[in-house]
Amino acid sequence: MSTFDEIPKTQQEALRTVVLWLADDRLIHGHRLSEWAGHGPELEEDLALANMALDMIGHASSLYAYVAKLEGREEEDYHAYFRDDIDFTNCAMVELPRGDFAFTMARQFLFSVHAFLLYQALMDVLEDEELAGILKKHFKEIRYHLRHSGEWMRRLGDGTDESRERVQHALDDLWMYTGELFTSNAHIEATVRFEVFTDPATLHAPWMEMVRQVLDDATLTMPDQNQYMFDGARQGRHTEHLGRLLAEMQFLRRSYPDASWT
Amino acid sequence: MNNQHPDASASTRKENSEALSEQEVMMLLEEVTDPEIPVLNVVEMGIVRRVEKSGQEAGFRVVITPTYSGCPAMNAIEQAILEKMMEKGIRPVDVVTDHREPWTTDWMTSEAKRKLKEYGIAPPPPTGDDSDFLSTLKSSQKIVPCPFCDSLETELRSEFGSTACKSLYYCHGCSQPFEHFKCI
Ligand SMILES: [Zn+2]
Repeated sequence: MSTFDEIPKTQQEALRTVVLWLADDRLIHGHRLSEWAGHGPELEEDLALANMALDMIGHASSLYAYVAKLEGREEEDYHAYFRDDIDFTNCAMVELPRGDFAFTMARQFLFSVHAFLLYQALMDVLEDEELAGILKKHFKEIRYHLRHSGEWMRRLGDGTDESRERVQHALDDLWMYTGELFTSNAHIEATVRFEVFTDPATLHAPWMEMVRQVLDDATLTMPDQNQYMFDGARQGRHTEHLGRLLAEMQFLRRSYPDASWT
Repeated sequence: MNNQHPDASASTRKENSEALSEQEVMMLLEEVTDPEIPVLNVVEMGIVRRVEKSGQEAGFRVVITPTYSGCPAMNAIEQAILEKMMEKGIRPVDVVTDHREPWTTDWMTSEAKRKLKEYGIAPPPPTGDDSDFLSTLKSSQKIVPCPFCDSLETELRSEFGSTACKSLYYCHGCSQPFEHFKCI
C-alpha cells in the first residue's frame, strides 16, 4: 500500500481520468434514481429508491472529492456542476430516462452486477490506500443494491404477464448499452498498463454468468449478444438525454454560483 | 453564531486543554450524539476513530469515519464535535475524515447495540453472519429477533428503511413493524 503522491505523474493522470468516469457513472445514475422520489410504486420501494440514489450520489461525491484533491481544488462541486455534457465520461446506460419501474430496476441490476465485479477487481489492484478505502466502503453498499435489484428481477420476471413483459422489454432495450461497460480506451489502457486499474474486458464473462443466473431464475430471456452496441459516451459522445439531465441538475448552481443554504 | 460556553474565558480555555489527555477528550466526545439515533453517541458508534494531539498549541485532531456514503448526518456530526470542543474550551480542533478503513457495524460497542435494542431497533449481528446470503443474490434469510418481544417469527419487508442504515422488518409475534440496523 502507498499513497497517491508516490505514484508517478503519468500514472496519476491516467488514474484521475478513470476515477472521474467512475464518479460520473454514479452521479448520473443517482440523479435518475432520485427522480423517483415520491413516485415509487409503494412506500417501501420509494424509500429504497431514494436510499439507493443517496448512496450513489454519496459515492460520486467521495470520488469527486478524491479527484479534486489530486487537482488541488478546494471542493468537489466543480465536476458535478460546471462541466458540459461532452466533458462527462459516464456510460450512456445511466443517462437514459428513468422509464417505468421495470426499466429502472433492470438498469439497476445490470449496472450493479458490473459495479460489484469491477470494485471486487479494483480492490485487489489499487495501490493507493485512500482510494482503496473509499471503494471498500462503496462495495458494502453495492452488495445491497445488487441484492435488491436481483430480487426485483425475480419478482417481476416470475410475476404477472404484464410485469414479465415489461421487464423483458426493459432488458431488450437496455442491452445495446451494456457493451460499453466492457470496452477500453486509451486512458483505461494506460491505467491497466501501470497496474493501477483493471481491464474492463475481463469482467465480461463473469458479468454474463451472474446476469444469466438471475435471468434464468426469473424465467427471463437473455437478449441477443450479437447486436449493435452503443459506444463513445466515455469519450463524451452522449445520447441526447444527458444534456437535458444536466440542464436540470446544474441550472441552480450555475445561475447562482454563490448561493448557499443558510 | 457564537457557541462558546459562557464560563470558558480565554485563559481557562487554554489551561483546560493543556491539562487534557487524548483519553479525556475522547470521554468528552461521548457527549456528542448521533443526530439520527439520539440514544447513541459518536464514540460508541465507532465514528470517532481516534483523538491525537495536533502539535499546534494545545490543540487536538479528531479523526472520524463516515458510516454510510450517502449519510446526510456526517456534516452535522462534524459540526457537533466542533461545537462540543468549543463548549469545553478545547482549541484549536481539527476534525478530519479517514477513508482508509471503511466503517463496519462491528465497531459499535456491545453497550451501543444494547441501547439500540432498548430504543426499538434490532441491532446488527457480527458481520461474519452476513457473508453467505450474497452469493445467492437473494434477500437476507437470516433471522432477526424482534426488539420488542424477542420473537424469531419475523420477516424482512424491505432492505431499505427510513434511513440508509436500516432495513424494515415485521414481527408476527407482536404484529408490529420494526427496524433493523443493517450489518455492513
Ligand atoms: Zn415482536
